[in-house]
Amino acid sequence: MSATMMPGTVPARDVRLAERLSRRRKFIDRIVKLLCIVATVIGLALLASILFTLLWRGASSLGLHVFTNITRPPGSHGGLLNAIVGSLIQTLVGTMIGTPIGLMVGTYLAEYARDSTLGNVVRFVSDVLLSAPSILIGLFVYTILVEPFGGFSGIAGCVALAVIVIPIVVRTTEDMLQLIPTSLREAAVALGAPKWRMIVFVCYRAARDGIATGVLLAIARVAGETAPLLFTSLGNLNWSVSLTQPMASLPVTIYQYAGSAFDDWVDLAWAGALLITFGVLALNIVARVVLRPRS
Amino acid sequence: METDTTFMPAAIGSSRSRRSAGDVIFAAAARSLGCFVLLLLGAIILSLFVGGLPSFRAFGFGFLWDVSWDPVKQHFGAGVPVFGTLVTSLLALVMAVPLAFGIAFYLTEVAPDWFRRPVGIAVELLAAVPSIIYGMWGFFVIVPIMGQYVMPFLGDTFADWPILGTLFGGAPFGTGILTAAMVLAVMVIPFIAATMRDVFMTVPPVFKESAYGVGCTTWEVMRSIVIPYTRVSVVGGIMLGLGRALGETMAVTFVIGNANRIASSLFDPGNTIASIVALEFPESPAGSLKLSSLLALGFILFVISFIVLAISRMLLRPRSA
Repeated sequence: MSATMMPGTVPARDVRLAERLSRRRKFIDRIVKLLCIVATVIGLALLASILFTLLWRGASSLGLHVFTNITRPPGSHGGLLNAIVGSLIQTLVGTMIGTPIGLMVGTYLAEYARDSTLGNVVRFVSDVLLSAPSILIGLFVYTILVEPFGGFSGIAGCVALAVIVIPIVVRTTEDMLQLIPTSLREAAVALGAPKWRMIVFVCYRAARDGIATGVLLAIARVAGETAPLLFTSLGNLNWSVSLTQPMASLPVTIYQYAGSAFDDWVDLAWAGALLITFGVLALNIVARVVLRPRS
Repeated sequence: METDTTFMPAAIGSSRSRRSAGDVIFAAAARSLGCFVLLLLGAIILSLFVGGLPSFRAFGFGFLWDVSWDPVKQHFGAGVPVFGTLVTSLLALVMAVPLAFGIAFYLTEVAPDWFRRPVGIAVELLAAVPSIIYGMWGFFVIVPIMGQYVMPFLGDTFADWPILGTLFGGAPFGTGILTAAMVLAVMVIPFIAATMRDVFMTVPPVFKESAYGVGCTTWEVMRSIVIPYTRVSVVGGIMLGLGRALGETMAVTFVIGNANRIASSLFDPGNTIASIVALEFPESPAGSLKLSSLLALGFILFVISFIVLAISRMLLRPRSA
């Protein structure tokens, strides 16, 4: 033991071994870093490819008529106005229904039921809902709101989107609240704040950016959802803003048009795809830039 | 029973009783909405099961592995879409998880500081692209590349290999199971990567600094500090991706080729549960046996998702304890 403390007495064999080990570790480190850079380059290339394709195919078919005309038969210079308005209505109403519920459930999990049995069950169920395929939520809403009431409707679409929003908001809310240090809560309680004030004025405030980002991600997700709307709001080729009638939406219209045999419909599908993608991406950038001003 | 009242001394003044009333209402609202989520899941399972009941009655347990789907003879089975769903999702995860991990690792430990934000935002943007866009992109960009270059290359290279020769055999149309899995992988990469990145960043810097201080390399810090600290959430992120892949409808519908037979090759067309439900639903009138079979398929998809989640949780439990 004492011999190894003196540099002069370390056997040359051990020095060589140490050098070899060190070289090996640094070599592995370099290889892994290189692989990570390759993975990132692939990811960025994929995004560039999608955006480039959208711009290339979509920008040429994008014109004022897309925003002023509603969907029309092929060859008659139709637009996407009803689909755009329908998408806005359903996304907004769906988010407005789903966000408060998700926020409260996330709060329940993080603040009231961290280790309780009921809390664990709710957390598990919310996780199941999170990975529940959106098409099944469409089928579910079809069986409870479309079949019994005898028809597809905009409100059924809103409800389906709300069901998708809830678990996303639950997960982000709970995650963000759990990141808040206990000392912050103790400080609030020590000042005499009741628990609900502590949650609303301390925890929510501290977790605000994370929760808002979660809500925006939820909006971004449902704005482009197609599958649940196929079974609920169905789509509507005429102008309608009534929540009790079938309602058009951008994703469903894109789906119908992209697979069609008419060139002008395919062009409109690309224009719609460009709109929805850049709308959703703009929403995301706003979330990053406005909600997180710190550098 | 709720812990919220334990903080409070006995209500004395009017302001105190008002406060605890607020507490009671807030706690009750949180709790009942938590129970509402339970009811929601129960209602989804029940509605799919009840909807699929006529089909289960007509075909029995054989429905699960029956590979025929014949609307003319009114005979339906779940074998082909269940097979397609499992194969495409697992293939997609095999491709996506290493890439997603690489991106998350790059973003948290390797990239220079000024570069992290723009790349991180780019990954989040990729996650935000709607699935139908991936479908169109897959159909108009990936399918031609697969059909003209990748599939012929793989077919020629592995033609004489025992198992790979079969997997990479068949006509290179560009569509098919492998293409669907690739588009799925592209879809779930940003989801998994963004989640992993977020949770990697929650590791307290002092842990990592300690490891660097005793001479660890970046990869060793990742392997010994960051991953053990975040593994629960990392698996959560992968689950998020798998959930998307299992039930992804639009992207798959565009590229899988829509064929109701079991594929022997990865180039063969197939169907997933989600794609067959989306494609066949418009031709399934309310009350028909076909619609019931689609709802039964939905029920099976739900059960598969549920099992995947339960297994992930069981794998997690001993380590997180």
